[in-house]
Amino acid sequence: MQGILETLRGGVGLILGLILLLLLIATFISELVPKLRGRAGSPELISRVRAWWVMAGLFVLAVLVGKRVGIAFIMFLSYLALKEYLSLIPQRSADRKVLLWAYLAIPLQYLWVFTGRYGMFIIIVPVYLFLLLPFRLMLTGITQNFLRASSTLHWGLMMTVFCLGHLAYLLVLPPLHPAGGVGLLLYVVLVTQFNDVAQYVSGKSFGKHKIVPQVSPGKTWEGFIGGLICTAVLAVVIAPVITPLSVWEALILGVLLPAVGFIGDVTMSAVKRDLGVKDASSMIPGHGGILDRVDSLMFTAPVFFHFIYYFVYGPYR
Amino acid sequence: MPDSDSAGPHPWLRPLFFAAVIRPALLLGFGLGVRHRERLPQTGPAIVVANHNSHLDTLLLLSLFRLGALRTVRPAAAADYFGKSGAVRWVTQNLIGAILIERHAEGGRRTDPLAPLSAALLRGEIVLLFPEGTRGKPEVREAFKTGLAHLSRRHPDVPVIPVALRGLGHALPKGEWIPVPLNLYAAIGEAVESDPKNKQAFTQAVEAAIDALDAELPTAVWD
Repeated sequence: MQGILETLRGGVGLILGLILLLLLIATFISELVPKLRGRAGSPELISRVRAWWVMAGLFVLAVLVGKRVGIAFIMFLSYLALKEYLSLIPQRSADRKVLLWAYLAIPLQYLWVFTGRYGMFIIIVPVYLFLLLPFRLMLTGITQNFLRASSTLHWGLMMTVFCLGHLAYLLVLPPLHPAGGVGLLLYVVLVTQFNDVAQYVSGKSFGKHKIVPQVSPGKTWEGFIGGLICTAVLAVVIAPVITPLSVWEALILGVLLPAVGFIGDVTMSAVKRDLGVKDASSMIPGHGGILDRVDSLMFTAPVFFHFIYYFVYGPYR
Repeated sequence: MPDSDSAGPHPWLRPLFFAAVIRPALLLGFGLGVRHRERLPQTGPAIVVANHNSHLDTLLLLSLFRLGALRTVRPAAAADYFGKSGAVRWVTQNLIGAILIERHAEGGRRTDPLAPLSAALLRGEIVLLFPEGTRGKPEVREAFKTGLAHLSRRHPDVPVIPVALRGLGHALPKGEWIPVPLNLYAAIGEAVESDPKNKQAFTQAVEAAIDALDAELPTAVWD
């Protein structure tokens, strides 16, 4: 209980209030407005918003209980995302057991998060597993499609374990603001998810000029720019409440995070298109799978992390 | 014949086993994607038919039923495989609730292998059947044997519900003992019309129904 009260200090409570407000507005639009007009609401939108309540609730609860629970929650997210990825990609039957080695990346990565060893955390997947997994694949003795097997495996690990792992490492950074690591984590998650919604809404309202029609026909310049402006405002307004960012830093991130989030979104669309699926799974009603929900976060998390690690924490390390 | 045909699952150990062990393990260790869950019958008599890839198939199918309905769900299992040793036999009968079937005619003595399943249907139970008879190559459906058509001919009014299963042949294929965490998928179809006159046509209709359901499921082709 004391732990929860402690994390609520330093503006975190205020941001949770903001999240609650956003969810209430979304529910008002999806369920109450159609009812007041005497019409049935869009079931797609209703299930989407309801899933937001569940996702936001679980996330906030996990983050508030304590650092360890928060890290464990993100670790579980990595596991679900990796499992979803490995279930989608074509594999070689001979490599079936090598997949267990790939799962080994999760405890290894998060061990260094729990113990706060930045030097290992940043190296274990991109270097050690990058070298180890092809070695293990080689031991199966099958060279046909060897390169495909090793690169798809490593690409998935980078996305689901290395990139998402940065969210967890925010929690163990030494606090420069009373909101501490929880504040940083809430910031990047809220800004990224808000941008997804803002891009979607402004794309639906004003969208005309498609950006990458072959990959993601729903993405338009109007949606991208509208989302970026809304998100930048949010990013600058909430930065002083829960982060040590200066106004300039917040402004840069307010432009950088929506742009990077967009790239993550369309990159995962390209992957899904390659695999011939629309959604990675049907786990979250209205949203698809875990990968569909965290696609932009997988890109914004490491970029945000390195931005603050380089400019805010380190004297330009 | 021993009492295996009427010996039902353990009254509270089986629901407990599924609620506390199998369902959490399937959900967290593998993850389930189920389509048209509402089509699954929760009261018997009914015949539920699925393709067979893995030992996990039976556990997955059983875990799709409500705990309250589980009492009457009886998978068919090969007596020569699951009825051998005492411990396996106990688990198969009490926790899985399986009805043991003699696949091969024994030494000229002609017993009716389908009799125990018929009896279960007459008791109003739900019978789970894998008409391929055995787990084949991972994720490849083999031709169905005629047992299903024979059983359906005896009970033309009992609905036959096709189910397509996928992913289990990668997560735990035949001959492997270490499961790999991968998503498992199931799609449940509408009842297939019984055809007492034409065994072959009926079998093919069920096969076609399962293939169509399979096409609805996400597929990752392994080479």
